[in-house]
Amino acid sequence: MSLHPMIAALRKHKAGVVLIALQIALTLAIVCNAIFIIYARIQNVQRPTGMEESNLFLITQQWVGAPSGDDPADLQKLDAMMREDLNVLRSMPDVVSVTPINTLPLFPSSWNGSAALKPGTDLRAGNARTTFYFGDEQLLKTLGLHLVAGRNFTAADVTHRGFRDATESSIIIVTKPLADKLFPQGDALGKAIYLNGGNTPSTIVGEVERLQVPSVASWASGFVWNSAISPVRMNINFSRYAVRTKPGRLDAVMRAVPSKLYAVDAMRVLDDDSVKSFKDIRADAYRADIGMAVLMGVICLILLAVTAAGIVGLTSFWVGQRHRQIGVRRALGARKIDILRYFQMENLMIAGGGALVGVALAVGLNRLLMSKFEMQSMPTFYVLVGLAVVVVLGQIAVFVPARRASNVPPVVATRSV
Amino acid sequence: MLGYYLDLAVRSLKRSPGLTALMILIVGFGVAASMTSYSVFRAVSGDPIPWKSSRLFVPQIDIWGPRGHADGSSDNDPPDAMDYTDAVALMRDHRGKYQSAMYRVSPSVVPPDPHMHPINVGGHAVYSEFFAMLDVPFQFGGAWGADGDAKHAAAVVINSKLNQKLFGGANSVGKTLNIDGKDYRVVGVLNNWNPKPTFFDVVNTGGFTSGQEDMFLPFTRAIDVGMSNDGNTNCSEVPKGSGFVGLQQSSCVWIAYMVQLEDKAAVSAYKDYLDGYFRDQKASGRFNWALNNRLRDLPAWLESEHVVPSDTKISLLVALGLLVACLVNTAGLLLAKFLRRSSEIGVRRALGAPRMAIYVQFLVEAGMVGLTGGVLGLLLTWVGIHGVNWVLPKEIASLAHVDLSLLALTLVIAVVATMLAGLYPTFRASRVQPALQLKTN
Repeated sequence: MSLHPMIAALRKHKAGVVLIALQIALTLAIVCNAIFIIYARIQNVQRPTGMEESNLFLITQQWVGAPSGDDPADLQKLDAMMREDLNVLRSMPDVVSVTPINTLPLFPSSWNGSAALKPGTDLRAGNARTTFYFGDEQLLKTLGLHLVAGRNFTAADVTHRGFRDATESSIIIVTKPLADKLFPQGDALGKAIYLNGGNTPSTIVGEVERLQVPSVASWASGFVWNSAISPVRMNINFSRYAVRTKPGRLDAVMRAVPSKLYAVDAMRVLDDDSVKSFKDIRADAYRADIGMAVLMGVICLILLAVTAAGIVGLTSFWVGQRHRQIGVRRALGARKIDILRYFQMENLMIAGGGALVGVALAVGLNRLLMSKFEMQSMPTFYVLVGLAVVVVLGQIAVFVPARRASNVPPVVATRSV
Repeated sequence: MLGYYLDLAVRSLKRSPGLTALMILIVGFGVAASMTSYSVFRAVSGDPIPWKSSRLFVPQIDIWGPRGHADGSSDNDPPDAMDYTDAVALMRDHRGKYQSAMYRVSPSVVPPDPHMHPINVGGHAVYSEFFAMLDVPFQFGGAWGADGDAKHAAAVVINSKLNQKLFGGANSVGKTLNIDGKDYRVVGVLNNWNPKPTFFDVVNTGGFTSGQEDMFLPFTRAIDVGMSNDGNTNCSEVPKGSGFVGLQQSSCVWIAYMVQLEDKAAVSAYKDYLDGYFRDQKASGRFNWALNNRLRDLPAWLESEHVVPSDTKISLLVALGLLVACLVNTAGLLLAKFLRRSSEIGVRRALGAPRMAIYVQFLVEAGMVGLTGGVLGLLLTWVGIHGVNWVLPKEIASLAHVDLSLLALTLVIAVVATMLAGLYPTFRASRVQPALQLKTN
């Protein structure tokens, strides 16, 4: 098939051709950026935290009129209150294990700092940024972490201290990514590191495979897997406990917790949000990401539908306009399939031209988003996906009017209007 | 004459119902998607205190120097909150019309009703000028006086929601409230004041939170009783002392600060004061780096803190792109529709209609498509805003709402945009040569 007559025909509809091509270019630019955003969000949401996430929940509670925890006697009292809570929780039926903890992955509260190989480095410098988890010997079991080297804490390792006491513990368990960052040779076990610019060494006694930091915000994206666990019960006027239940008993245990804790001490705050399953914590943490993905998805669908409808509309008009010419071609021996091909080819040319402009627009839009909103650079793959989408969309949209064109009988040629 | 064009437009639109419906749908969806995104954007980017925001300022002092950027944060901005020492010093010097240091607290409250369990409340420890500075509306009573700050008064201002919960909504001024195990006297009840974003302390609230401002108590009192801060504590070095007292002696930043300055002269005087303060501290050996202070007004401050979520901006941008794509599409369809009527135009022109008449006729037709599309867009926007409530975080989504100005804007955008899209097709239509059309038929 020669392209020459086609181009000649298109030149008669310059404006229409330009508008369709522009439409396709815009669609391509928006769709591939939107798909890229969706994919990035879904990837975020799907990363495993490193924990066994089912049958796990978190309790946050606050004691009323508790000591402020600044002097040793207060600390003893606060610690006694915490241990009493722990005993009660651990004695509940269907509870597998309980650990005091400052926060969990994806929970909106975090304690971050740095780890250095030398003492006395600046707090904000260090060799790696890291987040800190504080818990006791049941932390690994409760969170379901996989110990890949070294040992777990024992009850004898666990100490307690005030919330704002800057003393670092003498032993520590780190995630493998943090260990590898600090000791690229893989010999982190038994080595000493210095936390938060301090002068006292913390010896690495164990490594867990993976444990995500709490924050899902962009400022934490540079150290998502850098976590350090200290064998410490933190004493302040509130406490958090992570609880692992037997399979299928999560709801029952969660419902029973408030009355158990009130029975220990009624002067405490346990509100609607105090007992929260990890599933809900995860849902809250990623609500914005999922919402954004849904929004982008809806916009994509609307855009594709609109573009397809536009192509159908404009091509139909052209078919109507060229009714007679089609009849003449048919009378001169063109087969139905030739007419169909003609319109398909014509659409392919327009879509192809639009797509070329669209690729440039897509890259431009991605650059704009990168410069203004911390977006990643879009891999070429997404542009190719967008390209394929708009070309296929064009072919599907053009099929209906093109088939109608192919059904124009040759006899039309003999009729006058 | 306009009536005639309207009649012509209706006839023409009726003649090809499929194409007309298609254009209306496209305009409707395009407008609805962008208006839905816009309603969210408008809700989070609006000025929280428009009558005063240009007179409210946030001072920043570079108390960390180069050490604060050791973690690779590239911009040279000083810490975005204050340490205790400087916040108290600035309060003592009292150079603005009104000012307040503030920090977020989250204490427990024991309800007067013995059958209720203790509850947790959110709020801020502030100075008495906070209320006048931010025009905080009172339902009952008022703020504690300046002497309340000086005397570390055990006073509290509660919000109407907490008043409803604890005192059944009655005037509770003078009643006693047990906060963190200690008694406070209620001096005022706010008239449901919950600005979004929480612009006076974005550092500790992040701007948009589902958290409530239940109560406010004197800063000096909160420090006295050791009511610890809830929110962000940022340090450039680990505090030497322990406990809340250790935090107060450290260079960690955790206190928000706001000052009201009436005019340009006051602003530059305050700037000079801040710089002088830094130099004095430097002279006394506390700092060994260059002066690097900031004094931003509230809009600039909210901008620098990135209070508007970038997702909201991206959505708006993408939705506007969708609107443009829809308009290009509509332009194409209008072009097809108008040119199909070349013979009609030819006849009208031959019978003496000027180009202008053709212009008006077709723009009226485009406007009519736009208006109908806009009405559809209104319905879809309403659906969209409810949909957004379902997918976005509630602290953001709950702020988006439909109101008269949004309704009007939706219609205006739909009509204007469609007429813009119709400009070129109309131009082409008006160029139709009457003679040519008459000949070929």
